[in-house]
Amino acid sequence: MGIIKASKLGFDYFKYNEEGEEPESYRAIDDVTLDIQAGQFIAVLGHNGSGKSTLAKHLNGLLVPSEGTLWVDNMDTSDEEDIWKIRQRAGMVFQNPDNQIIGTVVEEDVGFGPENMGVSTEDIWKRVDDSLEAVGMVAYRHHSPNKLSGGQKQRVAIAGVMAMHPKCIILDEPTAMLDPNGRKEVLKAVRTLNEQENVTVILITHYMEEVVLADHVFVMDQGHVVMQGTPREIFSQVEKLQSLRLDVPQVTLLAHELKLAGVDIPEGILTTEELVNVLCQ
Amino acid sequence: MIRDITLGQYYPADSVLHRLDPRVKFIGTMIYIISLFVFKSWGYVLGTVFLAGVIVISKVPFRFMVKGLKAIMFLLFITMFFNAIFTPGEVLFHIWIIKVTKEGLILAGRMGIRLVFLIMGSSVMTLTTTPNQLTDALESLLKPLNKIHVPVHEISMMMSIALRFIPILLEETDKIMKAQIARGADFETGNLIKKVKNMVPLLVPLFISAFRRANDLALAMEARCYHGGEGRTQMKPLRYTGRDYAAYGILAAYLALTIAIRVFLHW
Repeated sequence: MGIIKASKLGFDYFKYNEEGEEPESYRAIDDVTLDIQAGQFIAVLGHNGSGKSTLAKHLNGLLVPSEGTLWVDNMDTSDEEDIWKIRQRAGMVFQNPDNQIIGTVVEEDVGFGPENMGVSTEDIWKRVDDSLEAVGMVAYRHHSPNKLSGGQKQRVAIAGVMAMHPKCIILDEPTAMLDPNGRKEVLKAVRTLNEQENVTVILITHYMEEVVLADHVFVMDQGHVVMQGTPREIFSQVEKLQSLRLDVPQVTLLAHELKLAGVDIPEGILTTEELVNVLCQ
Repeated sequence: MIRDITLGQYYPADSVLHRLDPRVKFIGTMIYIISLFVFKSWGYVLGTVFLAGVIVISKVPFRFMVKGLKAIMFLLFITMFFNAIFTPGEVLFHIWIIKVTKEGLILAGRMGIRLVFLIMGSSVMTLTTTPNQLTDALESLLKPLNKIHVPVHEISMMMSIALRFIPILLEETDKIMKAQIARGADFETGNLIKKVKNMVPLLVPLFISAFRRANDLALAMEARCYHGGEGRTQMKPLRYTGRDYAAYGILAAYLALTIAIRVFLHW
């Protein structure tokens, strides 16, 4: 069994009207079944309101499913006794870099998680050193987070999660508020963690370019998982993605249009080099 | 620009005072303030010497100490003025119906010295201690209150979060203000009531965004296993070193001397 396993997950949001009677319920995720193996790089795609953020909040127990069960590292998230263990195993990075940094100095923020877990002081320092090293932010350890760029703040947030020694890290649109450079920085840090520290990564995003490197992709729409497979399998279905209001990477789209125009190339081209190679043969 | 504001008035320098445990500095300030109220006359020489010594050790330029006085200038003058004219005693001179007495002048002088030294003494603490260290010191000193169910850890956590978010909210205020000005809002003209009314389009979005941030931050803290002060360890626990014990010794000696001067010499 994988590190994260969901079976027939469902979740309802309740909307209360002004009189406070009869809440309206709204199904945010419905019948989601997943099985994620340790060490994988997973991407979850979907446009706004597809339920991807709701799913992310389930993965570390911030929300508890209304239906179905979710296991993180063999622990049921609806079991309140295990909740802190689950949150330690599955760390979470949020979208807004400003609203998730608690410390007034970078190194203190990274130490926040371990402090909460009751780790001894010496061990906290070691963890802080290691995690700052892993995301390449050692030089900024004594800085105030307010003076960092968005990408740097997100790297600090990732270091803060890494210091808790999670098995799995969930990133909920970590690059949505960043400029292209910041986006590259953050993705590089995430990829390094996945490859070198062997942390399972679940990246939730609506940028197609970020998905290309994933091992496995889930596409969500209206609370359902509508497509899944390797990036190549997903991106060879350009029409279906477009019907879900998702953009495909430009190269893939170009290759698709060329194919429609009669050029003999395969579907699911992901990178520029690949397209160049295919065209030059 | 608004990003660069410093909170509190910490002046970074490398001095013994900067490296002292914040708890020592806090208690030291308390002792100094008490001593100011114990002295009656010549004892202030000791107070002056002590303050001067501390200022020299702190390596903070003197003008920073005086800065804090500007805010209380008005209060200082009023206090001194009323003390001088309303104290009964030996009349020195008359101006119209105002009588200035010898006792009044002495009392005014004493009040003035007390206020000035009090502000300067506490400035020494705030100039050499970061707001964060102060919060830590308060948490540690107030810990006994935990027994009567005062949420000491939670209070200090709120204080440090407030410190972290003040610059962010200031920046946001600036942004909203510019956005509203761009759409024709007027924050400058009109009388006070009109000005206050004009603040509404600034305050409403600011409050909404502050609540949203609070919600996000609470989620992020929970996601990082925050569950109150129970079972929590510290990355930078406050630990007394030899230096701090020495400082406590000096403070005790100062307090003893203060009391001795008052009791035996009646200064």
